[in-house]
Amino acid sequence: MKTEKDIDTNKAYKYGFTTDIENIRAPKGLNEDTIKFISKIKKEPKWMLDWRLKAFNRLKNLKEPNWQKPKYPKINYQDLYYYSAPKSASDKPKSLDEVDPKLIETYKKLGIPLQEQKRLSGVAVDAVFDSVSVATTFKDELTKKGIIFCPISEAIIKHPDLVKKYIGSVIPLTDHYFATLNSAVFTDGSFVYIPPNVKCPMELSTYFRINASETGQFERTLIIADKGSYVSYLEGCTAPMRDENQLHAANVELIALDDAEIKYSTVQNWYPGDKNGVGGIYNFVTKRGACRGKNSKISWTQVETGSAITWKYPSCILQGDNSVGEFYSIAITNNHQKADTGTKMIHLGKNTKSKIISKGISAGKADNTYRGLVDINSKATNSRNYTQCDSLLMGNKCGAHTVPYIKNKNSTSTIEHEATTTKINEEQLFYCNQRGLNQEEAVSLIVNGFCKEVLQQLPMEFAVEAQKLVSISLEGSVG
Amino acid sequence: MLKIKNLKTSVNDKTILDGLDLSIKPGEVHAIMGPNGSGKSTLANVLSGKNGYESSGSIIFNGENLNDISIEERAQKGIFLAFQYPLEIPGVNTNNFLKTSLNTVRKARGQKEIDTLTFLKLIKEKSLELGIDEKFLSRQLNVGFSGGEKKKNEILQMKLLEPKLAVLDETDSGLDIDALRIVAEGVNTSRSNENAFLIITHYQRLLDYIKPDFIHVLSKGKIVKTGGSELGEQLEKSGYSNLEA
Repeated sequence: MKTEKDIDTNKAYKYGFTTDIENIRAPKGLNEDTIKFISKIKKEPKWMLDWRLKAFNRLKNLKEPNWQKPKYPKINYQDLYYYSAPKSASDKPKSLDEVDPKLIETYKKLGIPLQEQKRLSGVAVDAVFDSVSVATTFKDELTKKGIIFCPISEAIIKHPDLVKKYIGSVIPLTDHYFATLNSAVFTDGSFVYIPPNVKCPMELSTYFRINASETGQFERTLIIADKGSYVSYLEGCTAPMRDENQLHAANVELIALDDAEIKYSTVQNWYPGDKNGVGGIYNFVTKRGACRGKNSKISWTQVETGSAITWKYPSCILQGDNSVGEFYSIAITNNHQKADTGTKMIHLGKNTKSKIISKGISAGKADNTYRGLVDINSKATNSRNYTQCDSLLMGNKCGAHTVPYIKNKNSTSTIEHEATTTKINEEQLFYCNQRGLNQEEAVSLIVNGFCKEVLQQLPMEFAVEAQKLVSISLEGSVG
Repeated sequence: MLKIKNLKTSVNDKTILDGLDLSIKPGEVHAIMGPNGSGKSTLANVLSGKNGYESSGSIIFNGENLNDISIEERAQKGIFLAFQYPLEIPGVNTNNFLKTSLNTVRKARGQKEIDTLTFLKLIKEKSLELGIDEKFLSRQLNVGFSGGEKKKNEILQMKLLEPKLAVLDETDSGLDIDALRIVAEGVNTSRSNENAFLIITHYQRLLDYIKPDFIHVLSKGKIVKTGGSELGEQLEKSGYSNLEA
């Protein structure tokens, strides 16, 4: 057994805080003091605090949006903690025996190592993970190339010019309720800067980020790809993450300058609530990328299987001429889960291209909405969009909806939209069964086939796990 | 190998099979002929365990009553159904499907799963035997396949899985002469003393290429006549109507 002190030391290393801050928690409620408290703990410069306060002032005049399909009970923002240091070991489950057995079963199926299972389910762990040392090795390699990859709290202090220039430049302070809330109270997240003409030699993953866990609730990520550079960023983890915070309102901003490319892949598997729809995360995330330079490209790939409610539209603002925006999405909802997700492609530059491939799968009593906007400006001559939205229904108690908004102010542009809704076919299942596959294997095969175009977009090592995840998410939904 | 006794099957209270008896021994090829609606495809589906049928009577396969055995377990025990209308599964690579299927069946038989390289060699061999262009193996399962390609794919799967009892449900319908030969060749080269075939067909045509040991005439859910291969030719001349009671 390790002593309490040892555990704290580990934490200090893991999160980059000093031990005496460890047990501090901001007072409940949303007010200027809370924001000042967060800013102070992060040792932020004054401009950052001022920025946060500006957002907070704006927030007072904003209302929560209410046009989405999934409704949720009113959130009392004064009853939330906006900053709390990682829970002390005594508050956490003591062992995996205290964790929902269903969760453990899923970890086993995904082949998650025991130590990792503990971390994900929030069990008090008294060992330093291998991933920490792995992260350090990778960091050296990145530094050599001039790549900056660090917590955003660190970037605010060490690279203030870059942060100041780009933060809020894609998602303005005044954007909408949840984005503005995030700007006021965000705690941490990732910062990436790729210098001109550098191809990032590895997939950047939050897995390697030292402060990976418990920054979740109001995460803020900023990725800048300078001229001619390339980066592929992976967010999330295929294992279900248990989390005490119900509301997640993250902001992710991507900026691609001339000839730069950013590929952003997400696997979202937050706790979806139990079979009866009790509990689960509200994942209300704002993700937006600006193709600011000519010939730039931003590609979003998302596999959304978790959360009670998923509400997000990773978008591309195609400012630079010849820039390209892509959105590949798989959204799976089972039991009582709800998703309202899609993308926005805003064409401003000439010859801009966008492609949207969305696969929605609905099972149990779940409800799945694709909502997307293709907006072609009058100056965006010769621009093109191709949209394909496919929905797959399993059983007869679930729903699938497609809400595409298309605005075109330009007669030289081409827009294509295809949509299908299908039910999983009994005959297909029979065919697979007759070839020796059981019901679950058959469903997994058919659904993975349905999602193939999106799964192909994921980096190799992620794709295999994502396939397994797709199968697991739908277990028991047929037959 | 297979003993069907007094099999009665209905769908939504409509009787389709009405006291069918049939015995098949290893090494035999049986053909079932009969007019539309006589219950031929229902027999194939009931043998493979498809849901949606109310059945009584018994189906004994290698000494085991199949009543409570699932579709996939029957398949793993060696019952293969070549579909009349093979299903399209978009996004699923044909090779991948065949490999998954083969390994599932092998596992159930206590054999080792085979790796991709071995599989590709094996499938190449089998396609060559059947004179099938292996290009379609890298396409999505049955998607955009012609009618003939779909049926050839069924026979290829049969060769691959080496079932004990293969049921061919109107595999010959809609085939041109070349495809018909390939299908027949597939059956003929697979025949052994250990396996058996049940060939469901409308026409004598296929039986010119596959010589059955027995021909049964199915009418109104019962076998009304059984004979040797000469019965087929007789039916071709006189039709089914003379046989119906």
